[in-house]
Amino acid sequence: MTNGLIDFVLVSVALLAIGIYGLAVKRNAIRMLFGVEMIINSANLNLVAFARFIPNSQGQTLALFSIAIAAAEVAVGLALIIVAYRMYKNIDIEDFRSLKG
Amino acid sequence: MVDAVFLALSVLTIGSAIVALEIRSLIYGSIALMLTLSGIAGFFLLLDAPFVAMFQLSVYVGSIAVLILFTVMLVRRELIFNKIEDKRRRYAGIGLMLALMLGLGMVIIGSGMKSMETNSPSVDYKKIGADFLTYYSPALIVMALILAASVVGALTLARREDITNDQRTD
Repeated sequence: MTNGLIDFVLVSVALLAIGIYGLAVKRNAIRMLFGVEMIINSANLNLVAFARFIPNSQGQTLALFSIAIAAAEVAVGLALIIVAYRMYKNIDIEDFRSLKG
Repeated sequence: MVDAVFLALSVLTIGSAIVALEIRSLIYGSIALMLTLSGIAGFFLLLDAPFVAMFQLSVYVGSIAVLILFTVMLVRRELIFNKIEDKRRRYAGIGLMLALMLGLGMVIIGSGMKSMETNSPSVDYKKIGADFLTYYSPALIVMALILAASVVGALTLARREDITNDQRTD
């Protein structure tokens, strides 16, 4: 393999930073979900990269579990966004300040 | 040193991640997010993990991206193109992003990870399947229950209670 472990970890750090930027700046609920997806993917990339270089099979197993949990999280998150959109007619999270009953 | 495939994949992944957050239309944004996720699948292929790569393609690009596209189509048209954000918070966010990249990057480059390379053969994916069915089988069952519960929860949340069946016209 010509690519070292550090290259994959650096790409993962860049993706993590972009995801945190999206979470911190964007006010659109769906765009914030994009940021969460990027953070989860950078974590998965780290898991698989370290599993390749140790080498060990359990990192890949954990990455598979993580992908499945992320799918469940996205389903619930999108359902919450749809409910909030129905209540407030908007997906701007500044409008969700008064979330109650 | 890195090879050309790695460079192309990282440009694709990072570039389309930025596009997904910054482009005006949410529909193009979700398509760019799809590209980012496919780039990550390409990295998995480079890391000799074809099983995880195919899982990533079928779960993320196949289902999650389509789910996000459908949700985007459900919201009003002007909200899709609407982009309101604080200028000051935006600059602070860019500063935070650069600080994170530089700080974490310095820590990682300074660590002993730089000399870590491997010549050992990659893990056989039969081993992963055997792990799933032996040591990790309780975790697999719990994960199946979590998935079922989350899908049922999402359906319950998104159900409209103000419409009964006889009110539907179509």
